[in-house]
Amino acid sequence: MIQVREITKFYGKKAVVEKVSVNIHRGKITSFIGPNGAGKSTLLSMVSRLMDADTGEVLLDKSKVKNMKSNDFAKRVAILKQSNFMNVKLTIRELVSFGRFPHCKGRLHEEDERMVDQALEYMGLIDMQEAYLDELSGGQRQRAFIAMTIAQDTDYILLDEPLNNLDMKHSVQIMKILRQLVDDLGKTVVIVLHDINFASVYSDRIVALKNGKVVKDGVTNDIITSDSLREIYDMEIPIQQMKDCRICVYFNS
Amino acid sequence: MRNSTKLLILLAFSLVFCGLYLFQGLNGSYDYALPRRAIKVVAMILTGVAVAYSTVIFQTITHNRILTPSIMGLDSLYILLQTVLIFFFGSTSFVLINQQFNFMLSVGAMILFALLLYHFLFGKGNRPIYFLLLVGIIVGTFFGSISTFLQVMIDPNEFLRVQDKMFASFNNINGDLVWWALSILVITLIIGWRYINELDVLSLGRDTAINLGVPYQSVVKIMLILSAVLIAVSTALVGPITFFGLIVANLSYQFFNTFKHSVLIAGAALMSVIALVGGQWMVERLFSFSTTLSVIINFVGGMYFIYLLLKESRSS
Repeated sequence: MIQVREITKFYGKKAVVEKVSVNIHRGKITSFIGPNGAGKSTLLSMVSRLMDADTGEVLLDKSKVKNMKSNDFAKRVAILKQSNFMNVKLTIRELVSFGRFPHCKGRLHEEDERMVDQALEYMGLIDMQEAYLDELSGGQRQRAFIAMTIAQDTDYILLDEPLNNLDMKHSVQIMKILRQLVDDLGKTVVIVLHDINFASVYSDRIVALKNGKVVKDGVTNDIITSDSLREIYDMEIPIQQMKDCRICVYFNS
Repeated sequence: MRNSTKLLILLAFSLVFCGLYLFQGLNGSYDYALPRRAIKVVAMILTGVAVAYSTVIFQTITHNRILTPSIMGLDSLYILLQTVLIFFFGSTSFVLINQQFNFMLSVGAMILFALLLYHFLFGKGNRPIYFLLLVGIIVGTFFGSISTFLQVMIDPNEFLRVQDKMFASFNNINGDLVWWALSILVITLIIGWRYINELDVLSLGRDTAINLGVPYQSVVKIMLILSAVLIAVSTALVGPITFFGLIVANLSYQFFNTFKHSVLIAGAALMSVIALVGGQWMVERLFSFSTTLSVIINFVGGMYFIYLLLKESRSS
């Protein structure tokens, strides 16, 4: 379990994340939702030590992240940010092989090659593994990066808006893969999402942020209600039940 | 062609040029000319390796392929130091006549300056690396202005001595200094070798590097210190020559087309040995000293730089 305790981050004098405490449960998909500027990405960056918190602390399975060795942390938690700009020419396979770096320090053994194959297979990239990243479409490239985090073989996978710039088909594909990672391999996934319907359909738990504070934290069915959503987004959002999915119809409200 | 084959070809070329430089037209002067030429060759090899290595690691940590470590203001500091020494003590004073003392003083001052700069900038929290570069440019310009100011007031004869120091030259190299520089270079390379795989990860960007367990802040700091030490040593030995690093680093990226720093750095180092030893051979034997190596390097390098800028602007 990842425990976030009273974490705060200031940009200048403004607190973008203010005394946030959240527990991330093992073996679940937890979605961070909320309006723009609510502090979702900042919170995720602090949990994954890409950014230092000004106050508060993060515990990974009861030990303080701050005291952990960078490499040990990388074997247990993977983080993927939204923009992955690079000026290096890499093939998909080379990128995915980098996921083994925390384990092998750049010298890939048989075991590592197998994990890379598995990750490529999982993301359906085997056929194009020798293609260069800059020749790929946005969706393929996003899949390659997710494959890298899968090859990293961590218990926790944190993703910052992985559906950005993807069309419906690829978004669904990626969410289904994340669901499989949790259901089949017992991983824990934390994901920042903009589309509440993806959060509603695919996640087990939802944490809603607003103005740097947690306003809602609970299982999906408790959060996806008109009352809760009004509090989060200041909008009247009717909810339609379709089979076992709850869909938020916010387009004309 | 495989990258190891390419490296072997480059190695062969550098050996050929070293052999040419050492033995061509020797006329049996084994006691006099050969040791002198050997010292020069060692100096060129170590300068070439230092400049190539420091430029590649500097470009990797800044994610920018048209920067050189000279942006940190180290060579401006070197010229300022030499100008100040000549201005206050005169060109016949101990600090200038005793080359070993001058070498140690210059290396020490440049490394101390780099450490102070890094300490102030990385002392508290995560400052972005571009902040460091900006401060480097400002401080470098400041040093340059003071140097120019002093050079304007200095005695014209003394100014000639300053001018000597402003351009890289392999023509009068002190034998003892070469061994000092060589030992510093070897130590730096041994320390640097341990981080060669981390550099590959750093080229993927800060966030990805941290995700993959590289202790980003401390690795970047070590790399900056290493590149400062290398620049300090090569500058104190032959004079400012960092522009040259830009050429060999970029040629190496183009020629090898890989992300592996072990290959990129070895390639860039071999290319600079070829360029320096081959270039010096041409200057001495073909142009019979009618021009200097740094003029040729800056001419060829300048054209390549313009080509790079045009290419980058077209691709974006």
